[in-house]
Amino acid sequence: MVGLKKSEFISFSDLDEVVYLLKNISEFDLTGYSKSSLKRRIERFLSMEKMDLVDLKSAILNIDGFENYFIQELMVNVTEMFRDPQFFRQLKAKTFPYLQTYPQLRIWSAGCATGEEAYSLAILLKENNLLNRSFIYGTDVSLKALDFARKGVYPLAKIKSYTDNFNKAGLASEFSSHYTAMYDAAIINNEYRNKILFSTHNLVSDHVFNEFQLILCRNVMIYFDKELQEHVLQLFYESLALFGFLCLGSKESLYGHAIKDRFKVIDSNLNIYQKVK
Amino acid sequence: MKGKKDNIVLIGGSAGSLLLITEILENLPARLDYALCIIIHRSSTFSSEIEKSLSIKLNRPVIAITDKTPIKNGIIYFAPPGYHILIDPPGTFALDSSEHVNYAKPSIDVLFESCAQIYGQYCTAFLLSGANADGARGLKAIEEFGGKTFIQNPSDALIETMPISGIQESRLSTILKNQDIIRYFSDNLQLS
Repeated sequence: MVGLKKSEFISFSDLDEVVYLLKNISEFDLTGYSKSSLKRRIERFLSMEKMDLVDLKSAILNIDGFENYFIQELMVNVTEMFRDPQFFRQLKAKTFPYLQTYPQLRIWSAGCATGEEAYSLAILLKENNLLNRSFIYGTDVSLKALDFARKGVYPLAKIKSYTDNFNKAGLASEFSSHYTAMYDAAIINNEYRNKILFSTHNLVSDHVFNEFQLILCRNVMIYFDKELQEHVLQLFYESLALFGFLCLGSKESLYGHAIKDRFKVIDSNLNIYQKVK
Repeated sequence: MKGKKDNIVLIGGSAGSLLLITEILENLPARLDYALCIIIHRSSTFSSEIEKSLSIKLNRPVIAITDKTPIKNGIIYFAPPGYHILIDPPGTFALDSSEHVNYAKPSIDVLFESCAQIYGQYCTAFLLSGANADGARGLKAIEEFGGKTFIQNPSDALIETMPISGIQESRLSTILKNQDIIRYFSDNLQLS
């Protein structure tokens, strides 16, 4: 190891210490998180809060409720409406004909952050006459993100890129028919908000809470190491009805995981899978 | 920390860099004793086209990085659009979809800084043509952790902003003309 070290970087052993402290005093266990990404988030937090590592450890140990704030800032909440428009096209083309045969649909948007994916899905379901028989659960570890999601209010500045995505996703309606714009914000129509329950769930430590026909978990598992990925995939497998669908992010896949034998590949580019045994 | 057998070479570029990168790749020797990772700013609309066409053109594997791709000597990797790339110890790529850095995702700084900390002196990086300052801080980090850094001569760059930012931020970088950059790769000079 070279002696010159920039003060803004923390070492991997520093990272391990923070993770260990947090695990001991709270319900948050970040052991299985991808090390480099988590380390960078902590460095970002320290720089934003103008704290050093000693301050951080002392805050974790001594300030009541600090760990909740810290965790919320570490989690990546970047998402979009109709992110990867091609995914929504294929989701509709390849899973809806099957999902239509169910009288009731339960859907889980796992790691939903600020809710954009759950609302996108609700809009897609509505347009295919499936919303009235559907219920969507949006879950995340970040209480702050969930509060934001429940409101269903997004800055107008983002609506332009969401509209671009929407138009590429191949829906027949106008995106603007699904929200009301006021001042500098857009509020998603009530009928969608009433079909989604946003609630806290930690993929690391919480268990199966319902049975689903469709689970979306996109760009969440990239933050987990292989071992934690196995654990989470097992949780999804157990949460899926037989012949239910699992959708992962565009760079994530079941490849390399033993559980892939229990799934059929529906779309190998967009990582849509169906539980078949 | 990496040992002598695990060298990595990074090439970061933005607008105006693809032509030179293609030339570098066309002149690569058949055998590489290092992993080569290329990171350029590009739109996510044309995600996998570059890797596919280069792979055919060069008749060797060119891999688009996905979640947990292992890093191996002799392989050419491309950072996918829409994600930051980091390196997890002991040696796999990790993806991150957090906020843009320097208006970019992937950000060259993010990869360079992460790689500097894992590979130390076994990390070599090139910063090429581009229209913003991404990569400059990353070069500095690679220097500080003992790696080697090179910058395309701004007078050879189609857009000089990125090389000039790199020169201002890093102290030890070697500035190379285009033909010297190509020769560096074709003659395996990093091993000397």
